[in-house]
Amino acid sequence: MSPRNKIGDVLLAVDGVSISFGGVRALDKVSFDVRAHEILAIIGPNGAGKSSMLNCINGFYHPQEGSITFKGQRRRQMQTHEAALQGIARTFQNIALFKGMSTLDNIMTGRNLKMKRNFLWQALYFGPALREELEHRAVVENVIDFLEIESIRKTPVGRLPYGLQKRVELGRALAAEPDLLLLDEPMAGMNYEEKEDMVRFILDVNDEFGTTIVLIEHDMSVVMDISDRVVVLDYGRKIAEGTPDQVRVNQDVIDAYLGVGH
Amino acid sequence: MLYREAGQFKTSYAADQAMFPIIQDRAFIAMVLIIAYGVVPFWANEYWLQAVIIPFLIFALAAVGLNLLTGYAGQLSLGTGAFMAVGAYATYKITTIYPDINILVVFLMSGLIAAGVGMVFGVPSLRIKGFYLAVATLAAQFFIQWLFNKVGWFFNYNPSGTIIAPPRTVFGVMVAGPEATAQVRYFVALVFLTVGTVIAKNLVRGRVGRAWMAIRDRDIAAEIIGIQPLQTKLLAFGISSFYCGVAGALSVFLWLGSAETEAFDINVSFQVLFMIIIGGLGSILGSILGAAFITLVPIFLTNAPALLNIPFPTDLSKHIEEIIFGGLIILFLIAEPNGMARLWQIGKEKLRRWPFPY
Ligand SMILES: Nc1ncnc2c1ncn2[C@@H]1O[C@H](COP(=O)(O)OP(=O)(O)OP(=O)(O)O)[C@@H](O)[C@H]1O
Ligand SMILES: [Mg+2]
Repeated sequence: MSPRNKIGDVLLAVDGVSISFGGVRALDKVSFDVRAHEILAIIGPNGAGKSSMLNCINGFYHPQEGSITFKGQRRRQMQTHEAALQGIARTFQNIALFKGMSTLDNIMTGRNLKMKRNFLWQALYFGPALREELEHRAVVENVIDFLEIESIRKTPVGRLPYGLQKRVELGRALAAEPDLLLLDEPMAGMNYEEKEDMVRFILDVNDEFGTTIVLIEHDMSVVMDISDRVVVLDYGRKIAEGTPDQVRVNQDVIDAYLGVGH
Repeated sequence: MLYREAGQFKTSYAADQAMFPIIQDRAFIAMVLIIAYGVVPFWANEYWLQAVIIPFLIFALAAVGLNLLTGYAGQLSLGTGAFMAVGAYATYKITTIYPDINILVVFLMSGLIAAGVGMVFGVPSLRIKGFYLAVATLAAQFFIQWLFNKVGWFFNYNPSGTIIAPPRTVFGVMVAGPEATAQVRYFVALVFLTVGTVIAKNLVRGRVGRAWMAIRDRDIAAEIIGIQPLQTKLLAFGISSFYCGVAGALSVFLWLGSAETEAFDINVSFQVLFMIIIGGLGSILGSILGAAFITLVPIFLTNAPALLNIPFPTDLSKHIEEIIFGGLIILFLIAEPNGMARLWQIGKEKLRRWPFPY
């Protein structure tokens, strides 16, 4: 378990965020803070609005109400490009890798924003452009070592088993060296060993690089193990927030999971 | 020589990033270049150069360009003919207004103009995809062809409506016009294809190529990484149209000698598209293989019956050609969407394992 004395200031503040799709109110005035270096879990039953929350944070969805403050800058809505530039990276619930590209190339795309040489230099693949490519390749190789995927470096990701694809997707997000990492069900569909590996990677990222992590997870034992704090959503509303131990005994949370009283 | 990777340990990322990391591949490429530069121009006769090899080189250049856009960036275009026409007409206008500018420079300037036009017609790609985008590029095809037909300024009010390549020399050597030898025209086209291929290969293995493929494979994930869809797509349209524009210019000035807009009609767009489908979407080598295939098959079909002494009406061989193309395209789309380039790859993998079956 990661040390508990690491937590810093508020990195991300979600304030009264609401979003509706037609009649469905996916998020209803949700507010919470994420502090630097912590691991925050968002839990809740299916359709509670967890993925929608992440989508708002990195600008893929634009909330109709509320604001999002990241690194002290308050915004009505995030924009995807802006979010990426500011240091937010993520993985998806349904893996969203670039199927036709190798593991290496997929992870290299995570460095795209940091590569500055324009296409004319790229056309020459020479001098500064080559140096830049090699510099970023070295960073990506570190990520590959870290995630222990050296052997699939050149394999097209479409041919990889599910568990490894999830790992490559994490690699792509890590390659961007984000300050805030959003993980949407990083362990879904994995077997026990794969889950253990993934938990280890998440904790190591948090420990070694101090990366702040917001993750959505259904496996309660995992959530209780790794998160510093938990936010619980149900039908788009935040029904509880606190340490894993506080949330575990919260009556509203128990009711929500048992499907009582709506 | 055995085709083996074994023993070739890559000691640095630089070596691993090389265009052809395996030594046998490098040897193969060197051989192709030696044949292309040192053997073909002296061995092939005027007819072969003019009727087969020069058009192959020019179409290969266009196919490389279209493959960047369609194969790598995933944007389907049926405007290839139009972008080639822009290059051809731009070259004609520039070189008739400023006859002193080196014609090779004019080819590149015309490529830039085609790139600009391509980017304008690429703007809808931000909103529409696949089939609908193809229809939008089709509009470019028809509009540009109509424009060049209708507005006399583009063909210098020539009563026949054609543009004619005037004689042009580079360092005293005649490269365009009726007096330019096939050998010289071959060399110029070959240099353009060689340089164009190297640049394309460089682009696709760097940041730009990865951005294109990311947009092609998962545009939403690409956007969230920070890849900007519009910029990335427009760059693909621009660079692709540059290639097509130059190819169009070369086809009038190094091959046809004179042309009307029909030389760049929708059939040309389809022809180049077929080249990259058969050759392999998302493969530079495939573009060239596909271009070779599509320019060579008709020649083969027209000559084969004569060689075998079978009387064969020409219109029948034309029909057979269409049937074979149609069949092959369907076959490739179903059985091997990665085209001839993939077959080549599989062949190499087999060779690497030989003599073991696995
Ligand atoms: N793009 C969209 N268009 C329409 N409805 C949407 C959209 N995104 C989310 N919703 C709806 O919003 C609600 C919340 O969905 P969301 O995906 O955020 O839930 P979740 O908590 O991630 O659920 P799960 O555990 O199943 O992943 C659902 O009712 C869903 O149908
Ligand atoms: Mg979800």
